[in-house]
Amino acid sequence: MAELTLMKNAAEQQLAAEWAAAKAKLPGAAPLREAAFQRFAATGLPHRRVEEWKYTDLRAVMRDAKPLASPPDAAAKARAKGAGALLADVECRRLVFVDGAFASELSDLAGLEPGLTIQTMSDALAKGDAFVGARLGKTVPTDNAAVALNTAFMGDGAVIRIAAGAAIERPLHLVFAATGDRPAALFTRSLVTIEKGARAMLVESHEGTAGRDYQVNTALELVVADEAHVDHIKITREGANALHLSSLMADVGAHARFNTFLFTTGGAVVRNQLFLRFGGEGTVANIRGASLLKGRQHADTTLVIDHTAAECQSREVFKTVLDDESRGIFQGKIIVRPDAQKTDAKMASHALMLSEEAEADNKPELEIFADDVQCGHGATVGDLNEDLLFYLKARGIPQKEAESLLIQAFVGDAVEGIEHAGLREALMEAVVAWLSTRG
Amino acid sequence: MPLLEIKNLHVEIDGKKILNGLDLVVNKGEVHAIMGPNGSGKSTLAYVLAGKADYEVTQGEVLFDGENVLEMQPDERAAKGVFLAFQYPIEIPGVATMTFLRTALNAQRKKRGEAELTTPDFMKKVREGAAKLSISPDMLRRAVNVGFSGGEKKRNEILQMALLEPRLAVLDETDSGLDIDALKIVADGVNRLRSPERAAIVITHYQRLLDYIVPDIVHVLSKGRIVKTGGKELALELEASGYAQFQEAPVAAE
Repeated sequence: MAELTLMKNAAEQQLAAEWAAAKAKLPGAAPLREAAFQRFAATGLPHRRVEEWKYTDLRAVMRDAKPLASPPDAAAKARAKGAGALLADVECRRLVFVDGAFASELSDLAGLEPGLTIQTMSDALAKGDAFVGARLGKTVPTDNAAVALNTAFMGDGAVIRIAAGAAIERPLHLVFAATGDRPAALFTRSLVTIEKGARAMLVESHEGTAGRDYQVNTALELVVADEAHVDHIKITREGANALHLSSLMADVGAHARFNTFLFTTGGAVVRNQLFLRFGGEGTVANIRGASLLKGRQHADTTLVIDHTAAECQSREVFKTVLDDESRGIFQGKIIVRPDAQKTDAKMASHALMLSEEAEADNKPELEIFADDVQCGHGATVGDLNEDLLFYLKARGIPQKEAESLLIQAFVGDAVEGIEHAGLREALMEAVVAWLSTRG
Repeated sequence: MPLLEIKNLHVEIDGKKILNGLDLVVNKGEVHAIMGPNGSGKSTLAYVLAGKADYEVTQGEVLFDGENVLEMQPDERAAKGVFLAFQYPIEIPGVATMTFLRTALNAQRKKRGEAELTTPDFMKKVREGAAKLSISPDMLRRAVNVGFSGGEKKRNEILQMALLEPRLAVLDETDSGLDIDALKIVADGVNRLRSPERAAIVITHYQRLLDYIVPDIVHVLSKGRIVKTGGKELALELEASGYAQFQEAPVAAE
């Protein structure tokens, strides 16, 4: 049968037009951008017949492509003042991006700790920064369509470098706020390099205006060198109409420790992609997350965990709470390359259904090419336990409150793995806030 | 007015009849023991009083303080003062014991229009209650009943009862799985709550518990009905003669 060539849909046509109009104005990296756009154009938006996008048919979801966001005006910046407030009680260094552009007046660049270097991606690209040029797009190479679009259109983001041996105690908080009032597309790209033996904590918050139609495509390249220790948390609380595509590409060296937590409550359609490569032996990675969904929200977590080196350990624990007609997707792929002997990889995904109309899809995949490994995966989908609810109610706790306690316990099981107490508490507060909006 | 009045109660589960016209009147200040063989409907009675959803009441009524409790949700019954000490207390992973106790106590107080307890008052109350029941601070730090031994779970039930101060406590085989020391601790906890304003229904298979919680009235339950009622000496008779004499008791035709 002949290969079917799809007609370009409206979004693809708009992306091509945007590209033609914008490419001369985007900061630097022209050949990299051009190659990425051509890679995207060759396949177009991925649809359900592309296996990795089976449950999130981007071609169907993206009926149109929004115009590139204009630089934020004073009003947009004023509205962004409260962004990232979830971490108000945690002492962080805030770097705020409003509608995809760095807002220095909202950010804290004073008194950088020794070993910490921060610049903006747009500056680095515009001036052809050699460090960025040598690394961008190379952390975990992928032909993923969302990443290709991000590379083509990337505007601003953070370039953070932590020198070998430096221990940065104060968490770095990247706040991405979409506060403009017009429909827009935001492409942010960050590169964070943690050099040998260094330690850092990085939090990303993505949030936006409830009534606004906007599309976010964000990517983070994270290079974790040998013996480094990195904690990363991504909090996605986009506005109710937002499409949010996120790609985290992490390359982790030997004897390192990498923890990440993907927390999602907001956005109409959210896709969190994680491409993790174990590049050196003896490394431990904990990859966890929780999504709390309601209405017609759709959240897709897609992981590719690539064990290329021996004696690494990966643990994935994901929790999804689904109310109303929401849909939660978990796709987790673990690859164990021939040389990755003694790999210990375990993946678990659990969905808690609060409604008959909600849907949870689980797709674990193991591709194992080494013979001396321990790999496993488990998935559960269930309702709140009636016996537990009865026990709580028999003590005087009303139905909704009893449900809230059990939902907090369900999510808390994943959240408690976060080492930083303040961040752990902030996320549990976000869970409580989510619960308080349940009808 | 009796505190609890059960009239001609018929209950089914999955179409199977468990209670067949049970009548019971409990007045304030009284402790009733309900004894009976396995399968006689003891636990069903306990669950129906607390409001478990799986049970279908096909006939009869249950009045608590003159109000029909069968129409009430379990949490409303609890706030009115009905407490069930579970035969098999449930483990709730991820819900801290202190959070649970505090949520329960404050939910009841709120429903009764009382102010919530302050944190220091609450902590004091829990610590005192726990000490009397030999419950260690470590147990209080764990999730509800998780990792508790059978005896610890039963003591935790009594701690909840002590904090919630119910007007009617229903103890469902609280003695099962307890050694003699734990039995005494639990019985002391129940006895401390005895008052002219409160009542208790002690459900048990064995007479042993009744040496420590001395009942005013003893009932024998068989095939879903009360077939004999007497004073505390009835429990001793049963210990000697067993339940066999009641197994053949005729069941009222429907």
